[in-house]
Amino acid sequence: MENNAITAIGLTKKFGDFTAVNAITFEVKKGEIFGFLGANGAGKTTAIKMLIGLSRPTNGQATVAGFDVFKQTNRIKENIGYMSQKFSLYEDLTVKQNINFYGGIYGLSRKKIIEKTASIIENLNLRSYANKVVGDLPLGWKQRLSFAVASVHDPKIIFLDEPTGGVDPATRRQFWEMIYEASNNGITIFVTTHYMDEAEYCHRVSIMVDGKIEALGTPRELKERFKVNSMDDVFIQLARG
Amino acid sequence: MNAIEIKNINKSFGDTQAVSDINFSVKKGELFGLIGPDGAGKSTLFKILTTLLIPDEGNATVSGFDTVKDYKRIRKIIGYMPGKFSLYQDLSVQENLNFFATIFGTTIEKNYHLIKDIYVQLEPFKNRRAGKLSGGMKQKLALCCALIHEPEVLFLDEPTTGVDAVSRAEFWEMLKRLKAHGITILVSTPYMDEASLCERIALIQEGKILQIDTPQNITNSYSKPLFEIKSHDFYQLLKDLREEPFTERVEPFGEYLHLTTNSDISSNSISEILEKKGHTQIEINQAIASIEDVFLDLM
Repeated sequence: MENNAITAIGLTKKFGDFTAVNAITFEVKKGEIFGFLGANGAGKTTAIKMLIGLSRPTNGQATVAGFDVFKQTNRIKENIGYMSQKFSLYEDLTVKQNINFYGGIYGLSRKKIIEKTASIIENLNLRSYANKVVGDLPLGWKQRLSFAVASVHDPKIIFLDEPTGGVDPATRRQFWEMIYEASNNGITIFVTTHYMDEAEYCHRVSIMVDGKIEALGTPRELKERFKVNSMDDVFIQLARG
Repeated sequence: MNAIEIKNINKSFGDTQAVSDINFSVKKGELFGLIGPDGAGKSTLFKILTTLLIPDEGNATVSGFDTVKDYKRIRKIIGYMPGKFSLYQDLSVQENLNFFATIFGTTIEKNYHLIKDIYVQLEPFKNRRAGKLSGGMKQKLALCCALIHEPEVLFLDEPTTGVDAVSRAEFWEMLKRLKAHGITILVSTPYMDEASLCERIALIQEGKILQIDTPQNITNSYSKPLFEIKSHDFYQLLKDLREEPFTERVEPFGEYLHLTTNSDISSNSISEILEKKGHTQIEINQAIASIEDVFLDLM
């Protein structure tokens, strides 16, 4: 249990007669990059909402960063970071102001915020951009800043929602290097995407179909099991049934 | 005559050069892909070709008609599916389709053969409002509406962005069938893995064309030694390889790192060097370049 960042057992969510998430069971290890895949409407979003404490499960149990999804949702929120493809950055605020704002939201001390702001700007090489509004940043910079802001409170787990859609191959790789670095430092990364080539970058992936986890393993194991060359083909076989 | 002919096209918005000195042609009946990330200039080029923007310099023709002088002629003979969903959200599936057929002076019945394969999947939802459809269904409806007047040239701007892998695969199958009807298709995508589904592609980045050829010729054009490598510690491996004098570039590539070397070093020698640095479970193979490798090299 101690080595797991996330443990879910029989986690279920029903809306009336409709079972959106049907008894999913899985574990994510500490420091692991875990890909959570599924078609639109497969139940990914509902599952994640339960994991991050935004939706109460109908049945089953789960702990996230060591905290219970029924009883300790506030503790969960303090210990996770979240970055979506849409970026939660304020376009009209400067780079510094965005970091300040999120540091404040997460209750960091003034001193800590100043430290964090300096280290993020240093690490991302954003010195010349520090006082520019985020709206003027190139997409790749926004993406990296967005990741840094999601990590400003040193969360144990970072949830990434389709992090690299539409960026050029170099930017995308710079982003994945950030993820590998974070994972190397013991931070757990939970990635949701429906772009299967992104899945190839994950240590392990699960694939949801109609509310259930239908496959779980390393990308290589899944490709071997389904006797195909790409995660795209694994997914298509599973989703088409 | 080529279906699309683009000569020295330039377009700026204020200080931003959106596309610069674009030249290429698309043959009649060809499935041609414009491959590049967000902000590369794909949509600007589409808007110029579909007569919605006037270039600052250069000219372009579609089916022989000039995009500036003959814009009215072009609008009758092309189908355009913009990157942003642009159908009427409050009209039903059938009403949208009827609307587009009517403004082009035709009927659904007349060109039903073109959309049949796609429309059968939409039929169960024909009374549903377009705004209430799933991403994949919206995309299919938008394609039907772009096809209903039997266009000579079809412009599809990022049709597969935001739809899942199954819908994407189905969409590309539909494009192949449309090609069989003789329709010329220019399609853009930020997803490099879709490049191989086109007959020819242009790689575009920051408003400039990097290369134009068949996907096969483009990947074959990668002439440097390329390896795929992994070890027990992926991130350390990346950092270690970056320090080596034989490394030209090294980047994460899914499960492996892709390493391009600047000399004829063998995989055994690389493996030995890595072992000395403490790496275990080393796996190293010669790799075949993908479109992404070429793109990274040309950037």
